[in-house]
Amino acid sequence: MIHIDIKKPLLGVDGFMQLDINININKNEFIVISGNSGSGKTTLLRCLAGLEECSGTIKVDNILWQDNTNKLKVQKRDIGFVFQSDALFMNMNVLDNLLYVNNDMTLALRLLDMTNMSSFQKTMPANLSGGQKQRVSICRALMKRPNILLLDEPFSALDNNIKSKLYTELLQIHNEFNLTTIMVSHDLNEVYALASRHIILDNGIIKKDENLSELLNNIEVKEQIQLDAKILKIININNQKHAIVNINNKFINIKLNNNKCKVGDNLIILSELFI
Amino acid sequence: MFELITNLDFTPFLLSFKLASITTVILFILCLPLAWYLANTKSKLKPYIETITALPLVLPPSVLGFYILISLSSNSPFGSYLDEVFDIQLAFTFNGLVVASIFYSLPFMVQPLQNGFESLNKNMIESSYIAGKSIITTIFKVALPNIKPALLTALVITFAHTIGEFGVVLMVGGSIEGQTRVASIAIYELSEGMDYTNAHIYSAFMLIISFIVLLSVYMFNAKQKQKLVGFK
Repeated sequence: MIHIDIKKPLLGVDGFMQLDINININKNEFIVISGNSGSGKTTLLRCLAGLEECSGTIKVDNILWQDNTNKLKVQKRDIGFVFQSDALFMNMNVLDNLLYVNNDMTLALRLLDMTNMSSFQKTMPANLSGGQKQRVSICRALMKRPNILLLDEPFSALDNNIKSKLYTELLQIHNEFNLTTIMVSHDLNEVYALASRHIILDNGIIKKDENLSELLNNIEVKEQIQLDAKILKIININNQKHAIVNINNKFINIKLNNNKCKVGDNLIILSELFI
Repeated sequence: MFELITNLDFTPFLLSFKLASITTVILFILCLPLAWYLANTKSKLKPYIETITALPLVLPPSVLGFYILISLSSNSPFGSYLDEVFDIQLAFTFNGLVVASIFYSLPFMVQPLQNGFESLNKNMIESSYIAGKSIITTIFKVALPNIKPALLTALVITFAHTIGEFGVVLMVGGSIEGQTRVASIAIYELSEGMDYTNAHIYSAFMLIISFIVLLSVYMFNAKQKQKLVGFK
């Protein structure tokens, strides 16, 4: 159990504000924290890691990490941290990045295998793609065998295809290592794909704290969906008119039976749902 | 020509290299923590410390040499303390030249190191702390290997700058053969005495060494930049 009761004056988007957080986090929860820019998400994570000063109390499994007189050094806190930007040690190859944290070759190879990075052991970080760098960052964060994993928008710079693969890998790691994971993210897909609990911050305070499994169970069951679309272009194929239609930035070619349709018309497309 | 070179007295050059080597080592040890502090501190004292370390860049060497000479002479409280307690005289000695060179070359060591540390990705440094590593381990295993060009620039420019020192050396050390008569002083005296042949050889030697040293730094730095950018 993590108990956080902290305060810190912050410079937000609308001037000075007070980060004022009081929450309890249970073991093995996967929390995603979202909220507007400058609402204090990253600061909360950094205070928990000991990278920033704040007043108040942080207690983890009855061990006091900080109160108003004592502060456990960042080096002594039982956490792994994955930064938004690439923070790998650029002078070390992938394997050395992991072994620098803890000289445990078995664990390093296991983590690289879990994230499909085994063939990149000797590669330098400068020669990795964005997704590969974040995979190595996750592996490195776990080399200390922490109980708490903190991630600060780790996938924000990646494309959707790589993101969904990383969701699966991160969930597997979260479960196998019995982690309590706290991740900052703007992306609602990440909230629904990963979180067991969703916290929304607004101007430094908790605006919403919701249990995702309850939320998902309460989503209405539907057999048909309605999609909004727009005709971008009308073309002729074998004397048949076709419309090129944009549905949520996906482009579809639809055979037209109605000659009145023209470019720019808004359409409503109904679709049956089945898998 | 060959005879001229073989008959040349290399003592001033050896003295210059000895002075530059000792100064570079001492300055590296002193400036490493100072540059780290300046790169990471948010203290209000920072601009004052930066100004003091940068003063030798703008002060005339004669002014700097004058103050150092006054401070080190046995008439000053510091000089007389060293003389009476430790039996150390610094004015017009090689040790005095080392002390003067440390002041004179200070910005050439501090500034490249500080710029290098400031250019580092802060998250990379924090990752090392989160990994449980101390500041000292982080500096030597993560920070310094990632600022190799700045490190090399600091070491080489400090060394080269100390070799080229003239005004401060003349003020604090004078020209005592085998003790304080370094290469730059020797060239000055040779041209004063109208011995242009030897002055030419000494000067050409200094020019070639300086060129090679600087060329190596620029070539190494270009190579390092390529390495850091990576290739796909």
